[in-house]
Amino acid sequence: MTPRAYRVAKVGAEVTVPLAILAGWQLWTAHAGSQYFPTLWTILKEFREMWLFSQFGEHVVPSLERIGLGFGIAVVVGIALGIPIGLSRWARLWTMPHIEFWRAVPPPALLPISIILLHSIENRQKVAFISFFCVFPVLLNTIDGVRGADPTLVDTARSFRIPRRERIWRLVLPAAAPQIAAGMRNSLSLAVITMVLAEWWSSTRGVGYVLLISKNTFQMAPMWAAIVLIGLLGYLLNVLFLLAERRLLAWHRGWRAAEGA
Amino acid sequence: MEAAESEARLERAPAAERRRIPLVEPLIFVLSIASALALWELVSRTGLIAERDLPAMSTTVEKLWSLAKTEDFWGAVGHTVRGWAVGLGLATALAVPIGIALGSSDFLASALRVPIEFLRPIPSAALIPLLFLTLGTNVKSEIFLATFGAFWPLLIQTMYGVRDVDPVAVDTARSFGVPRFERLYRITLPSAVPYIATGMRISSSVSLILAFTAELFMGLPGLGQKVGFTELNGLYEELYAYALAVGLLGLAIHLLSTAAERRALRWHPSQRLGTT
Repeated sequence: MTPRAYRVAKVGAEVTVPLAILAGWQLWTAHAGSQYFPTLWTILKEFREMWLFSQFGEHVVPSLERIGLGFGIAVVVGIALGIPIGLSRWARLWTMPHIEFWRAVPPPALLPISIILLHSIENRQKVAFISFFCVFPVLLNTIDGVRGADPTLVDTARSFRIPRRERIWRLVLPAAAPQIAAGMRNSLSLAVITMVLAEWWSSTRGVGYVLLISKNTFQMAPMWAAIVLIGLLGYLLNVLFLLAERRLLAWHRGWRAAEGA
Repeated sequence: MEAAESEARLERAPAAERRRIPLVEPLIFVLSIASALALWELVSRTGLIAERDLPAMSTTVEKLWSLAKTEDFWGAVGHTVRGWAVGLGLATALAVPIGIALGSSDFLASALRVPIEFLRPIPSAALIPLLFLTLGTNVKSEIFLATFGAFWPLLIQTMYGVRDVDPVAVDTARSFGVPRFERLYRITLPSAVPYIATGMRISSSVSLILAFTAELFMGLPGLGQKVGFTELNGLYEELYAYALAVGLLGLAIHLLSTAAERRALRWHPSQRLGTT
């Protein structure tokens, strides 16, 4: 197969496989007639009625705001803490017991506690909850990435007396960047998950709230519309992230590709 | 020759560190935890956070200790552990082979990219109402949730790892006529192992989280049910004791997977650099 034909086939598969799955869903649900699995058509109609755009401002905007704030705080804190911890054995000795404990606590266990401690079910509690748990993928990947930096390069830089700040900025951070990106990607999908958990538990607005209410009232079409919206939200956020990553890590990919050629 | 020398130097460095400070590591470990616990006690006792909202460390630990003497407690722990183990096992058996396939085939990755990227971020909690109706309120729902959640991080990490393999090594092997399976086994897999190990670590905690979530949201027997029950009845001391128990269980599981990771990765720089 020529490279061109291969590229065309690849794009074709990327388009046809999801379409085939959707068509299969429509055929199966229309045939089975189950009340729990509405047809694709019903879900799409509900989706349009709810989210374009009658309830968008009321429920989608607050959720996006919580994801954005929670994820943003988590990334800044995760990288800022991860570099010194990854570089220093002492910092690791002091902090790792706590990091390992807190990342191991299942988030829902802290839902009631976060409400009790913060006296809030508003954004303060939601954003604190989301960012608390989204820190860990970024933090752990930053630590791992920093520690995985080529020891020969680090030693070389050190023996050339390259200052610490320069060493971190030019050597350690670029070396860790691909792994930090992988961590951020996990963190972003975790932000969507923790957003739903937090809104499910106690709130008055948001996509997770809609999911809970429609489930409690056994309204299957709105429930599916909410699930589809959450999936779509996660997908779009991930696409945006990949675009940004490709731009920011272009030097990494380019270098790999050049080595391979 | 040069490589062998630098290996030897790296091997020696940690041993020297260890000889010089034999007791410092465990000492800092104990001090670090002790100071955090003391801080918790102080914050509560001095009323910085009301004792009603945050029971003191000593109260919580005492509560946990008395709970740990009951069979009921260990039954709950057993249920949660079973959900975690089965979920993680099934997720690994599915995610690693699929991740290797998607990581090494551009075509497959493109074909399945949209469905994967769409399914992956769906919070498993969103599936609970569906599970109520389809699988029912039983352990099947818990295991489905745990497997579903643990599958995605492991899949993504495996894909990243397989893609990050050094192209020079692969091309060299290919030009030496090393067969496809051998290349996979000797080059791709070892270079992906750090990613897979990190993925296992993340998935292991995700599996526990979802086993716990299923118990909490669906009222299935386990630690999740206990947390839900104590919260509903305003038994904050017991709520904190159970939350602490969940945290300790998570920590135990995490230490287990870290130890396994370290064993599998003795040769990797990230494990050796730690002591320099």
